Amino acid sequence: MVKKSIHEINKKIEDGSVNVVTAEEMVGIVENLGVEGAAKEVDVVTTGTFGAMCSSGLMLNLGHSEPPIKIQRVWFNNVEAYSGLAAVDAYLGAAQISNTRGIQYGGAHVIEDLLRGKEINVHATSYGTDCYPRKVLDTTITLDDLNEAVLLNPRNAYQKYNAATNSSKRILNTYMGELLPNFGNVTYSGAGVLSPLSNDPSYETIGTGTRIFLGGAQGYVIGNGTQHSPSSGFGTLMVKGNLKEMSPDYLRAASFTGYGTTLYMGIGIPIPILNEKLAAATAVRDEDITTSVLDYAVGSRDKPVIRKVNYAELKSGSVQIEGKDVPTSSLSSFKNARKIANELKDWVKHGKFFVSMPVEKLCSEGSAKPMKQTQAVPLVKDVMSDFIVTIKKNQTVQDAAKKIWENSFNHLAVVSDTGELVGILTAWDISKAVAQSNFDSVESVMTKKVLTCAPNEPVDLAARRLDRYGVSAMPVIDSQRRVLGIITSDNISKLLARRY
Amino acid sequence: MKIKICIPTERIHNPIISDSIIETGILLNIMVANIDSTYGELIADVMDSRFDRIKNALESRGAIVAILDRPIHRDEEECVECGACISVCPMNVYSFDENWSLCVDEKKCIQCGMCIKMCPHGALKLGE
Repeated sequence: MVKKSIHEINKKIEDGSVNVVTAEEMVGIVENLGVEGAAKEVDVVTTGTFGAMCSSGLMLNLGHSEPPIKIQRVWFNNVEAYSGLAAVDAYLGAAQISNTRGIQYGGAHVIEDLLRGKEINVHATSYGTDCYPRKVLDTTITLDDLNEAVLLNPRNAYQKYNAATNSSKRILNTYMGELLPNFGNVTYSGAGVLSPLSNDPSYETIGTGTRIFLGGAQGYVIGNGTQHSPSSGFGTLMVKGNLKEMSPDYLRAASFTGYGTTLYMGIGIPIPILNEKLAAATAVRDEDITTSVLDYAVGSRDKPVIRKVNYAELKSGSVQIEGKDVPTSSLSSFKNARKIANELKDWVKHGKFFVSMPVEKLCSEGSAKPMKQTQAVPLVKDVMSDFIVTIKKNQTVQDAAKKIWENSFNHLAVVSDTGELVGILTAWDISKAVAQSNFDSVESVMTKKVLTCAPNEPVDLAARRLDRYGVSAMPVIDSQRRVLGIITSDNISKLLARRY
Repeated sequence: MKIKICIPTERIHNPIISDSIIETGILLNIMVANIDSTYGELIADVMDSRFDRIKNALESRGAIVAILDRPIHRDEEECVECGACISVCPMNVYSFDENWSLCVDEKKCIQCGMCIKMCPHGALKLGE
């Protein structure tokens, strides 16, 4: 039984005899020396991660103006910050976007610009009080001008993250990057073998108060992150650190096309090897950390799992989906994660960084709940017309015209002999065929690329699709492509008419 | 070298590519082709020494030919070497070396611009 105390390890850091390795190096050490040998040999294992962490922001204090103002609303380079805090405190979220430049520039960019010493325009407004008479303020500031500039990130350093792919026929622009049609690529995030929480999955040493590497400076874990879901292996951290001590090498603004802005944060956490259990945990490999590839073509909260995958597969450059090798892209930088783990290792080795025990442990069970919604979300099946006229693909244009006339219905669903949807035919298609004296089979005049939707999809998603493609109706089909009904813009306007 | 061949609307019904290949006997390796009833745009590889002849053959039939000589440029300061660009590039321009450093093989670039939209750090631009 190996048993070391934080005090003993910090003594070794002080006298320079500490043995510190990165989590990547620890894998081989445990393989060679075994868990007990490694626990005796190694004192500290360093981890690192460098990726998009949208739930980040800056708590700042501007100092008081003359005459003083109690800021009600404030903008930094046209990016609004929250200022419902006393007079001159504000919280600037990384994902808040610019009023003038949209998603090209956001809170994250203001934070990076501050860190790079750039001047930032400040515009603030207020209602004016006896003690804070000023109503409008315009000035410029740099990082040095702020009393405090504390990075305060509610959810960072996900233990691991779901990978993303796209089964649909169009490109999706998401916070997981550009997802190519027909499972064209897979994107993922997380440092795998170097991921801080994956190296201490029972949160023995990472908890409230743990001293960490944050953006190139010393920072602290201040609790579990929001949406902390330890039961499924998706733990998160809330962290803080002084922006004034950080480096742009480890803090970068980013913008995802079609999604918005985010902050790339560099985080490293040292894990003191107090016992065999921690030695074993820090020997975790990429292949031991599994996650799911989710289909982002489904715009719902619960996206279907396409397959399970581990980080070794993701990092290999391609994963198999439906028998096809699909290329993968990492959105986080493994090279920088490694750089952080090595930098932290250097700090510990040279007595510049001491390890700490949490003053409070993170909760190691439970999951984030979905939102409580008081209004039911209408589904396609709730509003669709379940009466739809179908026609076989080998019938004539004249048959089709007759059906439309008899049923006074604008859309005919064209089906195969086995009842699967193969096309759609509108009164317009028939007019066109008649104008061109084309009286062949329905199959030759119908629209073959039909937009469809599923009965359990929220109406909002169906409406978005109708709007995007400029069509007025979509057949509703089941998984065997059998036609269940049709949803039209009429159905949707009736729904809205009922609502208001 | 990589070339871009545009076929304007009024010539879209003529077999311009086939005619030019048969006339010159020069092989074109077509890598991307977007052709519909109104417009055509192809990206092809051709040997440097044969470019002038195939260009003349194509242009005499109404196509517009341009050399793709402004490949992608990576701003090494902005790039964090995450590798987001790797999976969206149809030509495998991007890859990691064994140290997880990003390698860019500009010669393969067909200037489609997919990677520019993907890059979260705005580190990629065409032609510099």
